[in-house]
Amino acid sequence: MRSLIKVSSSSPSQTELKQGQANVGLGGVGRSKKHESADKQVAGEAIYVDDRPSLRGELHAAVGQSTQAHANIISMDLSAVKAAEGVIKVITVDDVPGHTDIGPVFPGDPVLAIGKVEYIGQPIFAVAATSYDLARKAVTLAKIEYQELESVLTVKDALAKQNFVRPPATMKRGDSDSAIAKAPHQLSGEIMVGGQEHMYLEGQVSTAEPTEDGGMNIFTSSQHPSEVQKLVAEVLDIPLNKVLVDMRRMGGGFGGKETQAAPWACIAALLANETKRPVKFKLGRMDDMVMTGKRHPFENNYTVGFDDKGQIKGINIEVNGNCGYSPDLSDAIVDRAMFHSDNAYFLDQAKVTGNRCKLNTVSHTAYRGFGGPQGMMTIEMVMDAIARHLGKDPLDIRKVNLYGEQGRDETHYHQTVEHNNLAEIISTLEESSDYQARRKAITKFNQESSILKKGIALTPVKFGISFTAQHLNQAGALVHVYTDGTIHLSHGGTEMGQGLNTKVAQIVAEEFQVDVDTVASSSARTDKVPNSSPTAASSGTDLNGKAAEAAAKIIKQRLIDFACETYQVTAEQVSFANSQVLVGEHMFSFAEFAQMAYMARVSLSSTGFYKTPKIHFDRATGKGRPFFYYATGASVSEVIIDTLTGEYKTLRTDILQDVGHSINPAIDIGQIEGAFVQGMGWLTTEELVWNEQGRLLSNNPATYKIPAINDAPEDFRVALLPDAPNREHTIYNSKAVGEPPFMLGMSVWSALKDAIASVADYKVSPALDTPATPERVLWAVEALKADGKG
Amino acid sequence: MKTSKVRFLLNNDDVVIENIDPNLTVLQYLREIQFKSGTKEGCASGDCGACTVVLAELDENKPDQLNYKSINSCITFVGSLHGKQLITVEDLKDGAKLHHAQQTIVDNHGSQCGFCTPGFVMSSFALHKHNQTPSRSDVLEALAGNLCRCTGYRSIIEAAITANKSTEQDSFAQHYQQTLCKLIELQKLPKPALSGNNHDFISPKNIAELAYELTSEPNSTLVAGGTDLALSVTQNLATIDKLVYVGNVKELTNMTETEAEIIIGSALPYSKFIDTLHHYYPELGDMIERIGSKQVRNTGTLGGNVGNASPIGDMPPALIALGASMTLHLNGEERTILVEDYFVDYKKTVLKPSEFIKSIQIPKPVTGQTLKLYKISKRIDDDISAVLAAFFIEQDGGGKITNVRLAFGGMAGIPKRASATEQALQGKSLNKESVAEAKLALATDFQPMSDVRASDKYRMTVAQNLIEKCYLELQNKTIETRVMNYA
Ligand SMILES: Cc1cc2nc3c(=O)[nH]c(=O)nc-3n(C[C@@H](O)[C@@H](O)[C@H](O)COP(=O)(O)OP(=O)(O)OC[C@H]3O[C@@H](n4cnc5c(N)ncnc54)[C@H](O)[C@@H]3O)c2cc1C
Ligand code: FES
Ligand code: FES
Repeated sequence: MRSLIKVSSSSPSQTELKQGQANVGLGGVGRSKKHESADKQVAGEAIYVDDRPSLRGELHAAVGQSTQAHANIISMDLSAVKAAEGVIKVITVDDVPGHTDIGPVFPGDPVLAIGKVEYIGQPIFAVAATSYDLARKAVTLAKIEYQELESVLTVKDALAKQNFVRPPATMKRGDSDSAIAKAPHQLSGEIMVGGQEHMYLEGQVSTAEPTEDGGMNIFTSSQHPSEVQKLVAEVLDIPLNKVLVDMRRMGGGFGGKETQAAPWACIAALLANETKRPVKFKLGRMDDMVMTGKRHPFENNYTVGFDDKGQIKGINIEVNGNCGYSPDLSDAIVDRAMFHSDNAYFLDQAKVTGNRCKLNTVSHTAYRGFGGPQGMMTIEMVMDAIARHLGKDPLDIRKVNLYGEQGRDETHYHQTVEHNNLAEIISTLEESSDYQARRKAITKFNQESSILKKGIALTPVKFGISFTAQHLNQAGALVHVYTDGTIHLSHGGTEMGQGLNTKVAQIVAEEFQVDVDTVASSSARTDKVPNSSPTAASSGTDLNGKAAEAAAKIIKQRLIDFACETYQVTAEQVSFANSQVLVGEHMFSFAEFAQMAYMARVSLSSTGFYKTPKIHFDRATGKGRPFFYYATGASVSEVIIDTLTGEYKTLRTDILQDVGHSINPAIDIGQIEGAFVQGMGWLTTEELVWNEQGRLLSNNPATYKIPAINDAPEDFRVALLPDAPNREHTIYNSKAVGEPPFMLGMSVWSALKDAIASVADYKVSPALDTPATPERVLWAVEALKADGKG
Repeated sequence: MKTSKVRFLLNNDDVVIENIDPNLTVLQYLREIQFKSGTKEGCASGDCGACTVVLAELDENKPDQLNYKSINSCITFVGSLHGKQLITVEDLKDGAKLHHAQQTIVDNHGSQCGFCTPGFVMSSFALHKHNQTPSRSDVLEALAGNLCRCTGYRSIIEAAITANKSTEQDSFAQHYQQTLCKLIELQKLPKPALSGNNHDFISPKNIAELAYELTSEPNSTLVAGGTDLALSVTQNLATIDKLVYVGNVKELTNMTETEAEIIIGSALPYSKFIDTLHHYYPELGDMIERIGSKQVRNTGTLGGNVGNASPIGDMPPALIALGASMTLHLNGEERTILVEDYFVDYKKTVLKPSEFIKSIQIPKPVTGQTLKLYKISKRIDDDISAVLAAFFIEQDGGGKITNVRLAFGGMAGIPKRASATEQALQGKSLNKESVAEAKLALATDFQPMSDVRASDKYRMTVAQNLIEKCYLELQNKTIETRVMNYA
């Protein structure tokens, strides 16, 4: 009913499913197979942790939370909690039999507060009660006396006090100071980049079930089952082999269930151990938002020197991550922000410094891009600033600064950027999106429209693929072939919606040339595939796909050997096609052949293992090759803003992403679209607000606004770069897709700035901290208007 | 002897519930009592749509017709199911065959983690039950209350746009007559009620019964859509002793028109009067379409929006600007006051104990009058306003302002008129000078607050700019001033 103005006649159904896949077989690698769980999901039949039938005697957990940002606990009176209806057990840290610290890499995260609290919402004690509501009501009855300590609630304050969770680090190439000084132009600036709530639709949840030998079975919504296993074992003081963690699927993760799922599993396990009853711990949405870490807010600054073309000659960048109260993964996250301070551009002489600021807020954590996006924002700001300074289109500045041939191909951490295709991606996209014509049309529109202004921007992304902690770049898988020819697949990766199980099943099916529907994926279970890495860093398919392929190849080789022996043929005479096995003249269905192999006592089960080659990095010198390869892409967004209110809308977005040889184009496109919209949300409406006491005010979806359906670009065109196999030997020469497109959302932010810049005839690059809420957009407009007058 | 029963259809099954705490939501009922876990909890506050289910109910005007509406089960009290058919995502499959609303999501790769998916399926199902060939904007309107964190929505939009006549023959269509008959039977039953855990729910059927309940038990809490009240239970862990549900009160759930007025029953959901208001006041219709989401508008009411005197409700400023009145009822006695006079202070009203809002009367437009409405929020859809501005202006032939009411939400503890600003405009023509004066005057009318949605400074600046915008729009009817229209 809202009056509609058609902005463009093209519908999003024009989204191209371009793919450059040559070797398409029955297994379906390269085909847009539907998500393995799609039919169940639409029917409400897919089971998430909270949907599991409740276990006999199951109790529900809740925790009492700190009301102070930083304080000593002087006394704790839990008598009313214990006496509350339905309460069976109340525990504090004194009741923990094993480790009390559950920090994933470095210590600093007490499972329950130890004498002091460091953020509002920190769990202090835990309750098991007969119902979810009763547990939640009981924890409000505690009387806790605090002695307030001075709290640090801003990055500036943390920097002034050198309050860090980990020591600062620097990456350096050449002599940036003198390069900047010698350059014809210099600019400097700063930006505040907001954090982001994961807002996975399924909140954190774990169920712990005591087993007969003092062990524990855990059902959890976690990206890192092996770590949950380890931490549960440690808090209970039992060996790892007594803890089994089962993870079938998550209702979204995005990094928010990498380390942040473990505390609730540990607390459920502690309560289950105490009561000898199963305990479920599900966080209500508000508790989830208050008690779990988010994307790190950053405050960055730069000084750049550049020439008349706008090419950077030298730059100093400082990135300051707000890590919250504990290290968690912040060392690696701020590292990644530093690694990605160049985004797609050759910085020449560069110094990048990273600080890990300790604040009295929840501990910030992994989130899609893992610091990379926050790092890139600075350099994209620099691109816009140089462009306005020189009176050029920001796109021209982005182009002249791209990594190039020898001499312009080394990063500030001394990795050579190989196989760089961004120039090609950008020019293709510039043309397919009609950038130049639209740029002209927008200029005209802005001259004629007094209140509404349009803006457009094209921004690239280059994202390094691999865990920067080298040991995590490994994966295991387990494949069984049964006597009816069906296949069971387990791997160390977790399914959170990204389609990992579907892709890995396609890879296994491809190996045997059987229908992908005959491959069943199961939960990620620590008793099937041990010592797994988190499903993170976009590495899920790269690592687990290779491991599963290895397992399948081992079984396949056994089948070939068996065929050769039995039918006196050579290996070349054995082939797998169309769910059949051809042995010389003989043809068998895959099922028949599996049965025969079984009767001949051939093992039809195998593990597989993979580790990423080539990578190394020395943190002390800041040099190495942390990334196996780079994933690249670019996007163009057009926006319209209201200069009286700051309201805006994204009208059109075009994306071209390099995913190598896509294993599943539909899944890849889904990842790109979803990541883009999430990235756009991060930079626009998703505003985390803490008050002066350190309390999170945006603690529910009524006050924290992720993009809704009307916020997605009205005209949304996504294409995969055709004929672009990964030049590194990844699984089917595909490229990772989970994180890289997240940062394509930067084109919306830059387009907003373009629209704002029109107010002052594109002479000034507006300062626009993120999220660029309507309020911030209005202030930026007003600042430029005032500039114009002054 | 009270019967204390609530009866409804769970898909095709007759269900009688008794001895259940009426503070229970439909979502809890489904998941914990019926062990149907297909419907998901994403927030328990009405904001995400993961819990969306569909209610089929008899059309009040066409008794042989069923209306299908999507609702948020997480903020709907179980007692309000009485006399309705509750349809959940598990009910859509016909044997092994997925419903159109499900199959299209699979075909378009519209589910990733799948947690939002049952909600989208149900919103899409409800849409298709009314409209088999929905346009893109129909789809956006129907799905704006369903959040998806994974897909970026494009695939879901395409799925929902896919037209299909098969909904005409789905299992619900096949059982249509049977469902209709059963619901008609349920309607005939006496006053539904529910008691459990020492809490009560009662659903009077007419105004006399309602007045009686409220006067005999002054501790009762009125509930209409529950989209506001239920949050106190799911989010603030409150329990309500006695719920008096107004959704079945005949006199409160209708809409009538006289020559001069539109009279809207206080318990009539937004979706039932939005078209009428859009007809008379297009900008009002457009604004209401941005109140909450389809699910919220399908249950939320004017009585609930005005009743609790929230400073950020969107309807009060609009109603005040329009000079709307409201009729209050106390044990047989009725009085009619201006909506403007209803609000006393932050969350304080002139409503007396046991009194309730019966209806709201909105004057019909007359030539020379203009209504301008602006809802300013961080996100376009399903977001509480930082500022809501409602401008009602009457001009004579020469353009001189003869009557003006400027009402704002979000600028003070209550929805309030900007009297100094009105004064600055009264009797003047709209021009640069008068608008500049009005903007200055606004700063004396309000001292807005800073909160999670906006700063005090933004609220004031935007409110001032909206006066200017209104002026520019009136001056030049063709100029583009709203980014919303680029939807
Ligand atoms: C996700 C979401 C989004 C929302 N977005 C918006 C928005 O954009 N704009 C906006 O204005 N609001 C919004 N709301 C608030 C929404 O709850 C109200 O707009 C709605 O109109 C309340 O009506 P209800 O019938 O559900 O009220 P209820 O919850 O049933 O009642 C609310 C209060 O009013 C009282 N009450 C109800 N009826 C009467 C009566 N007849 N007489 C006296 N008192 C009565 C009740 O006792 C209760 O205290 C939103 C709510 C949600 C959950
Ligand atoms: S659970 Fe989110 S709207 Fe109901
Ligand atoms: S598919 Fe994950 S939230 Fe929509």
